[in-house]
Amino acid sequence: MSQRVLMKGNEALAEAAVRAGCRHFFGYPITPQTELAAYMAKRLPKIGGCFLQAESEIAAINMVLGASAAGARVMTSSSSPGISLKTEGISYIAGSDLPALIINIQRGGPGLGGIQPSQADYWQATKAPGHGDLHILVFAPNSVQEMVDTVASAFALADEYRMPAMILADGMLGQMMEPVVLPEEGNVTLPEKPWATNGHAGEVRNIANSLYIEAAELERLVKARFERYAEIEEKHSRHETYGLEDAEIVVTAYGATARVAKAAVRDARAKGIKAGLLRPVTLWPFPKKAFEDAAKSAKAFLCVEMSMGQMVDDVRLAVQCKRPVEFYGRTGGIIPTPAEVLAEIEKLAGGAE
Amino acid sequence: MSVKDTNVFERGSDVADRENAERDLPVTVRRDVNTVLAGFGGQGILFMGKVIAYAGLLDGREVSWLPSYGPEMRGGTANCSVCISDAQIGCPLVTAPDALIVMNQPSFEKFVPTVKPGGVIVVESSIITAKVECNNVAVHYVPATTLAEQHGLKGLANIILMGKLLAAAGFCSVETMTETIKKIVPARKAHLIPKNIEAIELGMKA
Amino acid sequence: MAIVFQKPKSLTDVPLHYCPGCTHGIIHRLVAEAVDGLDMQAKTVGVAPVGCAVFAYNYFNCDMVEAPHGRAPAVATGVKRVCPQNLVFTYQGDGDLAAIGTAEIVHAASRGENITVIFVNNAIYGMTGGQMAPTSLPNQVTQTSPYGRDVKTAGYPIRVCEMLSTLTGTAYAERVSVDNVPNIRKTAKAIRKAFEIQKAGLGFSIVEVLSTCPTNWGLSPVESLDWLRDNMTPYYPLGVYKDTTNEGGAA
Repeated sequence: MSQRVLMKGNEALAEAAVRAGCRHFFGYPITPQTELAAYMAKRLPKIGGCFLQAESEIAAINMVLGASAAGARVMTSSSSPGISLKTEGISYIAGSDLPALIINIQRGGPGLGGIQPSQADYWQATKAPGHGDLHILVFAPNSVQEMVDTVASAFALADEYRMPAMILADGMLGQMMEPVVLPEEGNVTLPEKPWATNGHAGEVRNIANSLYIEAAELERLVKARFERYAEIEEKHSRHETYGLEDAEIVVTAYGATARVAKAAVRDARAKGIKAGLLRPVTLWPFPKKAFEDAAKSAKAFLCVEMSMGQMVDDVRLAVQCKRPVEFYGRTGGIIPTPAEVLAEIEKLAGGAE
Repeated sequence: MSVKDTNVFERGSDVADRENAERDLPVTVRRDVNTVLAGFGGQGILFMGKVIAYAGLLDGREVSWLPSYGPEMRGGTANCSVCISDAQIGCPLVTAPDALIVMNQPSFEKFVPTVKPGGVIVVESSIITAKVECNNVAVHYVPATTLAEQHGLKGLANIILMGKLLAAAGFCSVETMTETIKKIVPARKAHLIPKNIEAIELGMKA
Repeated sequence: MAIVFQKPKSLTDVPLHYCPGCTHGIIHRLVAEAVDGLDMQAKTVGVAPVGCAVFAYNYFNCDMVEAPHGRAPAVATGVKRVCPQNLVFTYQGDGDLAAIGTAEIVHAASRGENITVIFVNNAIYGMTGGQMAPTSLPNQVTQTSPYGRDVKTAGYPIRVCEMLSTLTGTAYAERVSVDNVPNIRKTAKAIRKAFEIQKAGLGFSIVEVLSTCPTNWGLSPVESLDWLRDNMTPYYPLGVYKDTTNEGGAA
């Protein structure tokens, strides 16, 4: 097994991508994701890869589109305002049935917002990562190690279903260093891509396209895509639980916030409150079944986010409003503390008597 | 209390297993330390944090290092949070530290009141003249910059202060720290290893 | 029996959707002939724009990618970086290239991206029904400049070849026209040359083709060719603006 090393989240994501066989990176500088691009700029030229700093996020995502169409395992990374600019390209990539990995190291918004950690792009990532009827895979790792572990599987699922995948992290996960075990370096076998537009002639030529002028044809294609989405929802939703078996108060949070929530749950347990944690690891597909199950025994849910409450509606839908779902969050770049979350748990526990 | 981790995320389960295994260790062996290091950019705040985190890594513990990041590249304030624990680090942002090193006045004002009762504060007293007015914390005043100059250790004031914190908070053994310095100082600066070790020893005695 | 004339292999059998008298058909044919002439059909990847030529992926008989509006040079960059041995071209109109895609075209050129751009300039937005383009002429009447393009409020038309030829990364920039047979022949040569420059790895190449839009100009096809000659060529002089072949490509 590889050694445990101390790495910054952004750099670990980049190295994990390299080890997953990614040799093409197109990006544009933005805080707090810049170390990822800088790492790629150093690493990729040494291994015959391509790092290109584009003129804008818009150009970068379209370079990703071109490289993906040509059959490459390709990625880009940015932070919230930059992701907004990429949404056009993400929609075209989804509409052209192309795989790609997009990393969002979220910061506060709206507008230029701030540069401190945030989870205020949940709606964008899970509901409208671009115009049109579409979904992208959204992963929300909660540690540097899990970010590393997510990269290869995000690439693989994106390839399998020919759709964009996003790792939705935040400034805290991107900037922090933690011990991490990287996957072994070696030759990665990438899947065959017989659909790639990399030079064919005559009958077998390939086209990467998202334009369908006949309404019926577009409907048929979108419906076929949604059948694949249904399969993904069935097979690929991920979640993690902690102390859920006898939990009366189910705290739910994703990404870095889930760590704060877990610490609060531990503290609550120490005070004799039956609290547990349900952490969605994929945000799309959302682990609905896990919430349905938890709702059977829980008395109440507490959704904790670094936003004004963007996931909380999905939680309410997943528990079908059978249990009260409360919300606690900080926004603008402020990280909630375990003490704040514990206070909310205590309030709920008191009210649940 | 029975708290069970059921982790359905493939690789994540390794982390959970490790965490559970380590939780069974006698708690008296190793202390959890949540540290804040703060000062001006250029004082080596972030590097000092890396040294502490790396020491935790060498001890096979869970660690996290979280820098403050801002628009200023030079001359602004810099701080970082370092956690060392035997369990998974909950929140890597330390809001109530049990160990603090401050290297300038603004950081002194901002972070001293956040230290937990029973905590340790190391103050760079050749830069900060103020005194901590609180008697439930252990305070160590170390004129690190002056000491560094006197001992031919210019630029190692941060390491001297860290030596003091090592003595006061015991976040790792002296052997681990020596090993850490050997590993973390880049090869092209290998000649600085003995100076760094000297700075730590000086700090521990200060 | 000897074949003396046939459709290029690099064009499909799909009937073109372009309006009667539109010169896109001629330009498509010239591009396809150039691909055939270099025997590159199996190694060519074209990038289609948004605009009248949006269906170009149906007509060029090679691998094709359909780009978002204005982004064709960025998409082509992605393709070319993955497949440097392929012949990669974009086919873009004036709105696509000189308005919404200005950043992409300028930076592809400045990087010396080893791709070829076929830029069809007809001084109007065709597909959306005749709005003012960045290359519409002063006083030109369009749907969105109904009193004629007033340069005081709408600014001046952009001369793309002149602008891009100032960039070091541009290896070759030529403006041609398809208004008569000699000019069509020159256009064929220019496209061929641009592709050869790409094959030789010399850098960014662009061929700007002055083209007509009888439908939105409100003229007959023949009148349109006259209008192009009388109005467009004085503002957009034909000729080679940059050619670095003798210096071994873009510096």
